[in-house]
Parts: sequence; C-alpha cells; structure tokens
Amino acid sequence: MKDTETAIPRTLPIQSATFTNEVNAEIRRAAATGIYDIRGGGAKRRVPNFDDLLFLGASVSRYPLEGYRERCDTSVTLGTRFASNPIELDIPITIAGMSFGALSGPAKEALGRGASAAGTSTTTGDGGMTPEERRHSSMLVYQYLPSRYGMNPNDLRQADAIEVVVGQGAKPGGGGMLLGQKISDRVAEMRTLPKGIDQRSACRHPDWTGPDDLEIKILELREITDWRVPIYVKVGATRPYYDTALAVKAGADVVVMDGMQGGTAATQDVFIEHVGLPTLACIRPAVHALQDLDVHREVQLVVSGGIRSGADVAKALALGADAVAIGTAALIAMGDNDPKWEAEYQKLGSTSGAYDDWHEGRDPAGITTQDPDLAARLDPVEAGRRLRNYLKVMTLEAQTIARACGHNHLRNFEAEDLCALTMEAAAMAQVPLAGTDWFPGKGGF
Amino acid sequence: MQTYDLTEKGLRGLNSILHAQHEETNQVSWEVVNPRGSHAIAVGLDAPLEVTIKGSTGYYCAGMNQGAAIRVEGSVGPGVAENMMSGSVVVEGDASQYAGATGHGGLLVIKGNASSRCGISMKGIDIVVHGNVGHMSAFMAQAGNLVVCGDAGDALGDSIYEARLFVRGSVKSLGADCVEKEVLPEHVGILKDLLERADLHARPEEFRRYGSARKLYNFDIDNVADY
Repeated sequence: MKDTETAIPRTLPIQSATFTNEVNAEIRRAAATGIYDIRGGGAKRRVPNFDDLLFLGASVSRYPLEGYRERCDTSVTLGTRFASNPIELDIPITIAGMSFGALSGPAKEALGRGASAAGTSTTTGDGGMTPEERRHSSMLVYQYLPSRYGMNPNDLRQADAIEVVVGQGAKPGGGGMLLGQKISDRVAEMRTLPKGIDQRSACRHPDWTGPDDLEIKILELREITDWRVPIYVKVGATRPYYDTALAVKAGADVVVMDGMQGGTAATQDVFIEHVGLPTLACIRPAVHALQDLDVHREVQLVVSGGIRSGADVAKALALGADAVAIGTAALIAMGDNDPKWEAEYQKLGSTSGAYDDWHEGRDPAGITTQDPDLAARLDPVEAGRRLRNYLKVMTLEAQTIARACGHNHLRNFEAEDLCALTMEAAAMAQVPLAGTDWFPGKGGF
Repeated sequence: MQTYDLTEKGLRGLNSILHAQHEETNQVSWEVVNPRGSHAIAVGLDAPLEVTIKGSTGYYCAGMNQGAAIRVEGSVGPGVAENMMSGSVVVEGDASQYAGATGHGGLLVIKGNASSRCGISMKGIDIVVHGNVGHMSAFMAQAGNLVVCGDAGDALGDSIYEARLFVRGSVKSLGADCVEKEVLPEHVGILKDLLERADLHARPEEFRRYGSARKLYNFDIDNVADY
C-alpha cells in the first residue's frame, strides 16, 4: 500500500453537549406537532437536594438514644395559631393535594386509606371532594383553588382543614390543566364543564389579588367554618421568605412550601424544569421569615417536593420544617411506574420509572386515569396498605436518625445536626460544608 | 324580626348566630344595622333566612350563601355572593369587583352597576345587573346566566364555557372565544323569568345573546393566538 493511500485520520463524531439527543428529539417533536410538551410529575433535572446533606450523628459531645428501646416520638399538631380544632398527626408526613380527575377514584380512596392507617392527613385537589375520599380519610384537608371546581360550603364544613392554594412547586405562577381524555362524566359533572374538553384551572384566584385581599378571604373562610379548622396557605417555592411572611400576615395557620421537584398532573415540561426553586433552597428562608415574625412553631411549616425517604423527612425537619407532604412518592408506593407494567409502558413509548404522560389517562398502573378498566387494576385496599407501610418505614427511618443524633422526638432535629457535601447545598441549606464550620454567606461575603 | 347591631356586637357573633339557625327556626327574619363596610357579613348561611343589611358592606358579603334571601340596602365590596349555591342576594346599590364569582346557583341581583369581572368563573348562578358591568365580566364563565341591562366593558366572556350572557346595551369588546349568538325562544323564556324575578321591566327582545364559540375547548395550534 502506498503512503498516499493511507486512510486519513478523522476526528470522532462528537455529540453536542448543547444539542443532545434528548434536546434534538424535543426539537423534532415540537416541529412535528406544533405544541409544547405536556407531562406530569416534577422536575427531572438534577438539582441540589437532600442527598447533598448528611447527618453528623452523636459523638463525644452528644450521646445517642438506644436505637430500639428508647422512645422517639413522631407526633405533630398543625394549625395551633387560630383554629379551635387543630390537626393532630401521629407522624410528620402528610399526603399532598392530588385531584380526583388527575387520579382515579380508587387511587384517591387508597390515599385516604393509607394516610388514615398511618395516622396522618390526606388532601383533596382541583375538582372537589368525593364522598369516597371523605369516608376513607380520617383527616382530610380541603384545597381551596383558583378554579373553585366542585367548591361548596357543605364540603368546606366537613373538612378538617382548608388549604388555600396560591401555587405549587411544579408550576409556580401557572394554572392547571386536565386534558379532555380524562374528563369522564363524573369529573365533568363535579367541575360543571362539558365532557371531553380540556379543562383549564386558572393561575390566580378569581376573587382576590394580593396579600391584603387574602387576609380578608381567610377571614371569610374562618367565618364560614366558625373558626374551627386550620387554614393552610400553599405556595410554589419562588420567594420563600416573602411568601411565607405574607402568608403569616394574611392569617395562615400553616404555610405549605412546595419545591420544584413536586409533581403535577399535567403542565408544560418547560414550566416544570425552568420555573421555581429546589425544595432544599426554600426551607431556610421560610424558616427565617417565621423566626423574624416570632411565629416559628406557632405557624407550622410543611415542606413538599421530592421527599422520598425518612432521611429526607429528617433533613427537612432539621432545617426547620414541622412536617412534610408527599405526592409522587405516595403514588409510587401504591404502584405507579411499577416495572411489572413494563410491556405496557413500552407500548406507550416509555419505560417504568420514566412514565410521565399522566395527562393522557392511559396509566397502566390505573392510578392517573379515569379509564374504568385501567382504574380497576388498582385495589384501593392493597394500595392503601402499601402506602401505610411506606409511611411507617419513612417514619422508622427518621426515628433511627433522630435517635442517632440524640433526639427523643422528631421535632427536636436541628440544623446543627447537618453538614453539606457540596458548596451549593451548604449555601442553600445554610449548614456547614462537611469538615468545616463554614457555609457560603456565613459572616458575610 | 331580629335586629343585630354589627358595630356593637361584632362580626363573629352575627355569623355565629345566623349559622345556628336551622330550617325549622322561628327566627327567620334578621336585620343587620351599622354594617359600616365590614367584610364577610352573613357568609356561609345554610337556612332559608331573610337577612336585610341596612347599609353598605365590604368584601364577600353573603359569600357561599345556601338558601337564604339576603338584601343589602347599600352598595357592596368585592366578591358579593361569591360561590353562592342557592337562595338570593339583592344589592340595592352598586357592586365592586368579582360579583357572583364562581357561584353555583341562586339569584344575584345588582340594582346599580357592577365593576369588573362580574360573574367570573360562574358555575350555574343567575346574575341580573340593572346597570352596567365592567371589563372581563364572565371570564371563564362555565354555566348560568348573566343578564346586563346596561352596557358591558371590554373582553366580555373571555374564555367562556357554557354560560349564557344577555346584554341590552353595548358591548365594548368580546373576549377570546366569545361570540354573539342567536336568541332562541328558549332564551326568551329564560330572560323573561329572570327579569321578572329581578324586578325589572324590560323586554327580552331588547337583549342580545353571547356565548362560547367553543374553538378553545381543545388545544389547536392554529388558534394559538387566542390562548
């Protein structure tokens, strides 16, 4: 072979870090359909989260409690500020609001069963309260949403608490969407809308704007319910310090802070991934607002968005929260995205663990659907049992860590129990970088 | 007739005593004096009471009313009769924003004018306004009837669903997906009934009807400019 015939070395094909295969696929999808991508769930991108924190555990300076023998309590009371009947939970893990409509009737029943068996509350969602949900929920929080779908004073009066929803972590500043595929006769009737149309939920309340109005709205709700039940204000995490302060000013008993990992039934992917704050970043500012107003622990803070384990629960409490709420994790415990449905996920162009087309109503697990055949796949008794087990395990995990840190009650966790693995997490959680006594911002820059 | 002095006895006492009245109560008729613009007066009533408020009120007067007949001898602040389920609310004066917001049923009569977003997200309530309504009235209105004897402001019926809008005067502009529709005999009957119940002497034939074009009911990229 002559030298001139030697193959010229070529550079290897290089995939762009900007135009990745995933990005290119989305561009092609948008070009083909003319519509943005809609999906369910929360942010999938990697953001600083509870995995970036570690507990320090007991040492010479602190002694631990015996892991199996010494008591470590888990109860929490929500709504002690103004309500005559605050909510008393056995565990500091609640079930977040998810609508009948987004979820099937059996799924809502299972949430009520599981939460009740674990001694905690569950929450309605956009679309109102179903009798099954009320019957199977020992403590039920009734969401007061901008759409007011299904809102009525009878259900308001039989709620154990009211949650005024200003926003949610998956889409702070955005409204809701329930596509026509999921609008069954019953869902349509509850929402007073025609069957089969895309149902939009407004992004802001129809009869109040701003914190001064909210204060009067909360007064009205308290008057209607004779000041019996706690009133929560739920916000999507964006400006946690000021939103918390304004919720307190407006008269909230409880502030619910939902980070961007929190799920939704359906919204634009671009919204989910690009608007809001990670859950980790919103807790400390919210706590500081409560402390500055001298109402920390008097007004309870519930944190949600990507809570998965007892470790996450413990970390949220250590940062100053009084309780957490779970949504996506509860659905997974009940059977959502279970590999046993892999063949069907494949048919839908997805795979178990990644399925998020909840808005299409074709969920093989029978949870995020209104299709009667699919919904029948979920046994609410068994799913409720699985949820109860999961809640119990999370609680046991949190207790395990609490005892190791020397605490006899989960509420005794404190930020000093934690360190951070990354600079970002140290800055957001305002706990020292591991091995140091420093975090970004400490002592000023 | 029971008389309650709101300034003297306070809001909590008023709503508490009205909530304690049940269908069989003998204390049916109530008169509230000295309201002085207070908020949340007579909210959450759940019995066939007759409540007259002698003066003007603040926010959310008669909110979530269920079965009571409430009359305000004055004007009302934002959100009068919000989320009303049944019964009636009559306002002798004017109404601020969001009158009848999200109402599911019952009759709201405003004898003066109503401000912006009257009937926003209404879900079955009937609203009759003797005067004019402000901009964005009947925004996302789902069901029920809004009758306006005067004029309507900008963007009437924006993103409307299945509510029926009747306007006797001019409409400054229609909102997205709201169009004028033919007045059919069934609508004349509805109008006649509502006008009578609202104590209005107007002829149904003088009204024009507006409702949903139903083009935005399911997303279509070709209608993107309207979203």
